[in-house]
Amino acid sequence: MSWLGDHLLAAQRAARQLAGNLIGSLLTALVIGIALALPAGGLLLLDNAGRALGEASGRPEISIFMNEKAGRAASDEIARRLQADSRIASQRYVPRDEALKQLADSGLADVIEDLPDNPLPDAFVVTPRGEDPALFNELRETFSGWPEVAHVQLDSAWIERLHALLELGRKAVALLAALLASALVIVTFNTIRLQLLTQRAEIEVSRLLGATDRYIRRPFLWQGALQGMLGGLVAWALLGAMVDALAGPVSRLAASYGTVFTLQWPDAPQVVTMLGMVAALGLLGALLSVNRHLKTAG
Amino acid sequence: MIVFDHVSLRYPGTEGGLRDASFSISQGELVVLSGHSGAGKSSLLKLIPAIERPSSGRVLVGDQDVGRLPRQAIAFLRRRIGLVLQESRLLLDRDIFDNVMLPLLITGHSATDAAKRANAALERVGLSGRGKEMPLALSGGEQQRAAIARAVVNRPSILLADEPTAHLDAAYARDIAALFQSFHAAGVTVILATHDADLFSDMQPRRMTLNQGQLNAQEPA
Repeated sequence: MSWLGDHLLAAQRAARQLAGNLIGSLLTALVIGIALALPAGGLLLLDNAGRALGEASGRPEISIFMNEKAGRAASDEIARRLQADSRIASQRYVPRDEALKQLADSGLADVIEDLPDNPLPDAFVVTPRGEDPALFNELRETFSGWPEVAHVQLDSAWIERLHALLELGRKAVALLAALLASALVIVTFNTIRLQLLTQRAEIEVSRLLGATDRYIRRPFLWQGALQGMLGGLVAWALLGAMVDALAGPVSRLAASYGTVFTLQWPDAPQVVTMLGMVAALGLLGALLSVNRHLKTAG
Repeated sequence: MIVFDHVSLRYPGTEGGLRDASFSISQGELVVLSGHSGAGKSSLLKLIPAIERPSSGRVLVGDQDVGRLPRQAIAFLRRRIGLVLQESRLLLDRDIFDNVMLPLLITGHSATDAAKRANAALERVGLSGRGKEMPLALSGGEQQRAAIARAVVNRPSILLADEPTAHLDAAYARDIAALFQSFHAAGVTVILATHDADLFSDMQPRRMTLNQGQLNAQEPA
């Protein structure tokens, strides 16, 4: 029989074992699912929070103020350089006259009237690609080095704070995930250990009949992986219920701030990744359990 | 060819085991090991498929020194050996057919081929049509027949049996003895450990007698 055939047979046996102890399998899947839903839910909320904050605050920008003496030709040269820079998503030129008009429109017309001439410089408003604070600092250094530029204003303090906050959240979730992943491995280890005890006679007889360790190990590894995936599906269902329950209140909250925001479900790649990871953890727990059993069985 | 070269097997804290046994068994021989309980018959049998490893000396099966075989190689050695234990050791959670199919699935036969060969083995031991029954639904003799079917389904070159007729009445015991004779006739090396050596005397086996772990006498067939 082929390698694939051996695995199909082992997977069938594992599925039969799970189905044969349906209540126990479902309870274990529920425990794994709840444990997994905590960090997965945390990550989902962080993703949504990041998106919501980004939308609420608008895209961060960099303002470049030209020297007073820089003429139109210098501004055209800066515009050309900005256009050629692949790190920049968009740029807008604000001539000094337009800036003064905007200031007047903002309610400062009386003050401006008293000024002898226009004190504002020509400026560029630049939107970088991405929101990484490191990119903003890099661009500031580039722009500051240009002789035609008098001042560069970075609108990144809030981005750094937001990133720090989200990073803190991600680290906390990662720690929680690591703890719960260990718990998942332990739960699977114990489930498989009990299963090994139940099937001790079969294992002993199989070894007398010429079964290799690999043959004995295979269905238990499948069982661990399937049990993990079952837990992953429970976690997915719990996340779905959480998103459904929170979607209404979140939308209403966003509406009260004059914006539209909907909570997003984890997308297909995220779900597949989660199921893959939890299957791998189940497999690891099973592997440790079977190896220990085979070692002690001699 | 099976060779025991000054083989001893000691169990810590007991007098049982085997002491300095040397002999060889040719392919296709029928050997009956006799001796009282604790004489070392089971110990001797267990050394051949490496269920036990010798404390000293060498056990050769073919050209393999089984005492030095790695774990993986032991599994492959056991596939060439049919083993019938005193208790049938059938798995009680599955029917007779699945029990007999087990060695074939272990050795990677397809389900179709395994089913065909399992049916043939059951027919050979007189249990044709009984495959769907659970082990506990069979009598002791029938269970032992099923265990023999399981032992021979992979067509081993060596068949070991430890007290295969123990706890069976005379009629069942004769049936089982006849089965072993048929495997011997088919060219299989058969080694039987039994209290009741006379049961097999018609087959003119080579007799080996053990006493307190020592091989006392060997009668050529």
